[in-house]
Amino acid sequence: MTAHLTRSLLYLDGVTVSFDGFKALRELSLTVAPGEMRAIIGPNGAGKTTMMDVITGKTRPDKGHVLFEGDIDLTRLDEAEIAGLGIGRKFQKPTVFESQTVEDNLILALQAPRRVASNLTWSVGEAAARRIDDILETTRLAAVRERRAGSLSHGQKQWLEIGMLLAQEPKLLLVDEPVAGMTDAETAETARLLKEIAQHHSVVVVEHDMSFVAELGVQVTVLHEGSVLAEGSLDKVSADERVIEVYLGR
Amino acid sequence: MRASSFGFVGPLGAGFLALLAIAAILVPLANLALPVGSALHVSTAAMSLAGKYLCYALLAVALDLVWGYCGILSLGHGAFFALGGYAMGMYLMRQIGSRGVYGNPSLPDFMVFLNWTKLPWYWTGFDLFPVAALMVLVAPGLLAFVFGWFAFRSRVTGVYLSIITQAMTYALQLAFFRNDMGFGGNNGMTDFKDVLGFPVQADATRAALFTITCVALGGGYLLCRALVTSKLGKVLIAIRDAESRVRFLGYRVENYKVFVFTISACLAGLAGALYVPQIGIINPSEFAPGNSIEMVIWVAVGGRGTLVGAALGAILVNYAKTLFTSGAMAEYWLFALGGLFVVVTLFLPKGVLGAAMDRLRPRGEPLPGNGPSPQPLATTTVEETSIPAS
Repeated sequence: MTAHLTRSLLYLDGVTVSFDGFKALRELSLTVAPGEMRAIIGPNGAGKTTMMDVITGKTRPDKGHVLFEGDIDLTRLDEAEIAGLGIGRKFQKPTVFESQTVEDNLILALQAPRRVASNLTWSVGEAAARRIDDILETTRLAAVRERRAGSLSHGQKQWLEIGMLLAQEPKLLLVDEPVAGMTDAETAETARLLKEIAQHHSVVVVEHDMSFVAELGVQVTVLHEGSVLAEGSLDKVSADERVIEVYLGR
Repeated sequence: MRASSFGFVGPLGAGFLALLAIAAILVPLANLALPVGSALHVSTAAMSLAGKYLCYALLAVALDLVWGYCGILSLGHGAFFALGGYAMGMYLMRQIGSRGVYGNPSLPDFMVFLNWTKLPWYWTGFDLFPVAALMVLVAPGLLAFVFGWFAFRSRVTGVYLSIITQAMTYALQLAFFRNDMGFGGNNGMTDFKDVLGFPVQADATRAALFTITCVALGGGYLLCRALVTSKLGKVLIAIRDAESRVRFLGYRVENYKVFVFTISACLAGLAGALYVPQIGIINPSEFAPGNSIEMVIWVAVGGRGTLVGAALGAILVNYAKTLFTSGAMAEYWLFALGGLFVVVTLFLPKGVLGAAMDRLRPRGEPLPGNGPSPQPLATTTVEETSIPAS
């Protein structure tokens, strides 16, 4: 048991969350290894976003354990503390700071002291400037760095948010529906971007789009009614009787 | 936008500061040096009235810092303003000494009238200007810190926060109405004689107070401008636009809010302290909830999130109020004010200054806060089509 814990980056065990009697998560257990990229799929209401909320401190589980790096209990920490540990989150609806420039969005996300006093005098140093340039390159946003984030296209906002995740230099990235509302070309580009990121980070991707998940080519966990229904490669889970039943209906 | 040669204040701020500097020198000169009959002479009453507007302008800048940049709609800034005013009033009362009606060397008249025999403990040190000056900042700052610490930690936001700030100023008004509080009750404090040994009523003292108010407004503006242009300012704007997202980036939102709320309260207190000697009275009506709402209208009219616009709005609305309430239209002032707020909200959402800057700006170069303009959208299309090739 202990050996198993120390090997996992993220460990969820028996997590239950209920809202007014409705069980959004029931006895959910899940493990993500360091360096792994994992795709989470499941129909609407399967508990994908609630799971993200539990990991990032937005929602407290009724019971169960959520451990990070083996021994850090995430259920006792708040959003800012969890972000400080190195867990970054991209939201389903792209949430960037619309009235500020693309560059300022990255500056806000950049790994740096988060205290009030430090930010009174903080300015972009050489290393930070290089890091921002790199991220703008990776996310193909270099040409729009001076533009207000609110004026970006939907796809560009998604990439900016992924760029902000990178700027945080997290150990674990939680990415909620990164290709929702994207064109096919944008979807392909996002898959490329995530695969590039997964070379150096652990990533959990929640997604509806099966062709996108196939493109990622990673281990898949299928959620249904708040718990794990199946786990394995996409080919394996899509052959699973119960998965077909859940997705296609009786 | 290109980096301007005006440093962090920008061309607009530089113009504002230049105007203030000119006013700080010319208005007192026109009052003291020019003979009363001269066409350019500024009467002491007019100068004090202008000084009052500038105090309101500083208060509006302070409010804009929290509302315009951090999204905290405080409907209780009148309380901080009044507390600064009371701290100054207590000093001025102590300066009266034995010249009061009852001739008591240490007790203000209202305490003698209440048969008090000694000063309450919290009046200790208010005969010393440095202590009073410190309390001008500390009293409102401490209230804002404690209030903010509880409210922001409990994540009270939006309309709920606005309501409890209203409740705060109303509660203070009721408290200060009571004679037992030791702040002069309903009548407040008045009949001031000296400030730092200079007679309060003298033209030269009034002129100096006017100049000091200009300097305080300029300094307050510079402080706020420095804050909002730092990285801290970016965090504040981010909190205004998407508070929970800022938390997931690892910032302690409540600490930022408490910090900026406290700074803002200190500036409001300073404005109140400069207001009292120029007006000659401080009483609990300064805590009235309606006053705090009026302040929000000044900022909205001038242009939220611009600092300069807030100052401009305070001066414009109060000048209009003076014109209105000194004529036959006096009864209708509140209708006019309400109407102004509705008109500004509907037709000038970025205030007078925001609208003026939009007009001056060439097309296709949007001000932060604008919707996307046609040009950037065209660029987006080109980029999207280029993606599959990469």
